[in-house]
Amino acid sequence: MAIFKEFSKQKRDRSAADRQRHKELVKEKIKKGISDVIANESIIGQDKDKKIKVPIRGIKEFRFVYGNNKGKGAATGTGKEQKGQVIQDQRGQPQKGQGKGEAGSDPGEDIYETEITLEEAIQLMFEDLELPDMDQKKYFQTDTEVMRKLLGYQKKGIRARLSKRKTMMNRIKRMKAKGLDSAALSDTNESFPFHNDDLVYRRLQVDTEEHSNAVVLCLMDTSGSMDQTKKYLARSFYFMLYTFLQTRYENTEILFIAHHTEAKEVTEDEFFHKGESGGTIISSAYIKALEIIEERYNPMLWNIYAFHCSDGDNFTSDNKKAIEHAEKLSQVCNLFGYGEIKPDIGFSWSTMLDEYKKIEEENFVSLRMRTKESVWPALKKFLTKDKSNTLMD
Amino acid sequence: MDWVLKDLAEWNDKIEEIAQDLGLDYYPQEFEVCDYHDMLGYQSYVGMPSRYPHWSFGKSFEKQNTMYKLGMGGLAYEMVINSNPCLAYLMIDNPLAMQILVMAHVYGHNDFFKNNINFSHTRAEFALETFKLNAERIRSYVETPSIGYQGVEKILDAAHAISFHVDRNQRIVRLSEDQQRQQYFHHLNKEKENWDDLKNEEKEDDFIPALSEDLLLFILENSRFLQSWEKDILRIVREETLYFLPQMETKIMNEGWASFWHYTILHKLNLPPAMHVDFIRSHNQVIRPHVGGLNPYHIGFHLMQHLAGTKNSFEEGINPQIFDIRTIDRDSSFLRRFLTQDLMEELGLFEYEQNNGKVSVSNVSNDFKGWKEVRDTLIKQVGTGSIPIIKVKGVSPLSNALLLVHEFDGRELELGYVSKTMEHISTLWSQFPVHLETQVENQEVTCIYEKGNFRVESNSEEKESA
Repeated sequence: MAIFKEFSKQKRDRSAADRQRHKELVKEKIKKGISDVIANESIIGQDKDKKIKVPIRGIKEFRFVYGNNKGKGAATGTGKEQKGQVIQDQRGQPQKGQGKGEAGSDPGEDIYETEITLEEAIQLMFEDLELPDMDQKKYFQTDTEVMRKLLGYQKKGIRARLSKRKTMMNRIKRMKAKGLDSAALSDTNESFPFHNDDLVYRRLQVDTEEHSNAVVLCLMDTSGSMDQTKKYLARSFYFMLYTFLQTRYENTEILFIAHHTEAKEVTEDEFFHKGESGGTIISSAYIKALEIIEERYNPMLWNIYAFHCSDGDNFTSDNKKAIEHAEKLSQVCNLFGYGEIKPDIGFSWSTMLDEYKKIEEENFVSLRMRTKESVWPALKKFLTKDKSNTLMD
Repeated sequence: MDWVLKDLAEWNDKIEEIAQDLGLDYYPQEFEVCDYHDMLGYQSYVGMPSRYPHWSFGKSFEKQNTMYKLGMGGLAYEMVINSNPCLAYLMIDNPLAMQILVMAHVYGHNDFFKNNINFSHTRAEFALETFKLNAERIRSYVETPSIGYQGVEKILDAAHAISFHVDRNQRIVRLSEDQQRQQYFHHLNKEKENWDDLKNEEKEDDFIPALSEDLLLFILENSRFLQSWEKDILRIVREETLYFLPQMETKIMNEGWASFWHYTILHKLNLPPAMHVDFIRSHNQVIRPHVGGLNPYHIGFHLMQHLAGTKNSFEEGINPQIFDIRTIDRDSSFLRRFLTQDLMEELGLFEYEQNNGKVSVSNVSNDFKGWKEVRDTLIKQVGTGSIPIIKVKGVSPLSNALLLVHEFDGRELELGYVSKTMEHISTLWSQFPVHLETQVENQEVTCIYEKGNFRVESNSEEKESA
């Protein structure tokens, strides 16, 4: 006599916690994987809805395993195998990994390839970043307005928002799928009850409107010495910064200043897509920025951030003036970041980075970007709380 | 659902009657009816109703759930636990014919667990309790503020990495070094027998203690700075591995045995014709060959059926010898003893060779010499044969490095995995270095994990001077 235990509808999702932890680990992996992808992908001007593929190696459980570069195995065949026959596509056999030390191909190997949109990727990347010291002028922050409206549908919700119409439609759909209709049902006395899956609820969209009083000034060197590679790096940097601000701070004002020997305020489109030429007078950009701040953004009321990308080839006579104004700019800004773009590793004799070492303002950060891979760490450096005035290479 | 619980109970009684007539000797049986979600859950915890928390079980669930949803299988027909009383799960969505098949199958497993000698140390009476208590202990560490989830996870991750490196065959008594030495001297000092004149003379210095393959135990006993809770986690992981190990070592036999019995019992059950057809369809689905792979059900069933002598009809009666085989063998000995060339040809077994991505047939079963190669390769890869043998050589006196040897058998280790696994070992070895001797591309090498770095050094000196 065996004992039978009846099916119990009471569910306890026992693996929930372990699944949650696994998800966390996968997410960490994605995050690591994404910065590689972003660095390599040419993302400037890309549509934000563009899907990019992020390959993630599954969270592996490492053990001692046999590799597949050499070795024998036995398998069931069709009985028609001939000695020496090459089996090219062996079903059920693991695929070959590439190269030594690469991921093995033991059965425990799982490679996930997630497809996420650029925007999601950027959000994942930016998760830990923020505009530093944003809080200090909170006092002046305009009130947030909250609007509620019903928008869309969802499977779960409260009773009050049950969409009777949609729910009824689902029931009818299910009924039809079973080959029944209401006429046939009313003949018999059988009922066709609602199922949990039928229920549809209205979704409540919470609209918040924030008026954060922050402005970000993007200053870019567009002089002749800024060749294609340098401009690409500068634009990558600003593109990421811009996307970050847009996703994280809905109403932050951003304005663009392009400069060579003289500076002017330009539109977003001009800033990212137009090339210029000519010499470089860095101070012109700073003066322009200071002018704009004085006219429109009172430092008492606004959080001001300024970033400047240049290759550092300045007219030597302007250096002193540039430093002076950089200091002035630092005084009115929450953060002033200077990124010097030097793709060539060779010695360069006139570089602003050395000059800028003289600046003692605490909220001035300067660093160097050499390759596209260094753009992301640079941005990270600017936007993390810890910003000691050190050089980064 | 074309059945109620009463139907199952009725069919179960019929099955049990036949099973007992046929000589099956099993633990009391308990069946639990569950749905696919429960089943996936049980599967990811290897059937155990309680298990300690670890993300790998969550991963296992997700993987099997995805596979199930994509229609790639991933869902077991049956799940039986080696416990007394024996616990098995029946899926609520299965039709009656399938339930009958599964129940008959379960009695086969149940009998195997109770009688096969490899399971004798697994203490079936305490199995569920043991796992539950282990889970509670680990949970208590998680809840200890100074340890926490992260602390436990770190040790569990590391312990899982080497969990299979325990004594594989619990039937082989492990002798201490002193006992081995005694045995050796005893052998040296005894009077010479006829054959011994032919042997080379042995000297006292020749004594080399056998290396232990129980890496987990060695770390438990010798790691210098492991805290008691860390050791306890290792002990738990080791205990649970030793519980599951016999199931790995007897996979082909166990599934073959259970399949043989469900098939035999069902032929004696006088099923209604429609159900009989359903049953045969399910049966064939289970034991079908996986071309390019190995289906333990397929190989096990054919061998068992052949040995029982019931291949052509059930009239002949079952050869009682199979009960002895079920008791004393494990997959490796079973295949070595009973897998003949004829059977191998019938099963279509062949051997393949991998060489840098190219896979070619190296031996086939209908070859008068080659079939043995195929068989031996198969034996090498069954049970824990797919897990490299790592032995403990000792501890280097100066650097306190843990010295390990990989018993090389022609199959190379995956170095990427070696480095990560050694990192885990180093965690358990209190961050002291770990060395592993192995072979890569016909060269003896030592893999060294030291201070967060992994490197591979060649052992041959000629190579270095060259």
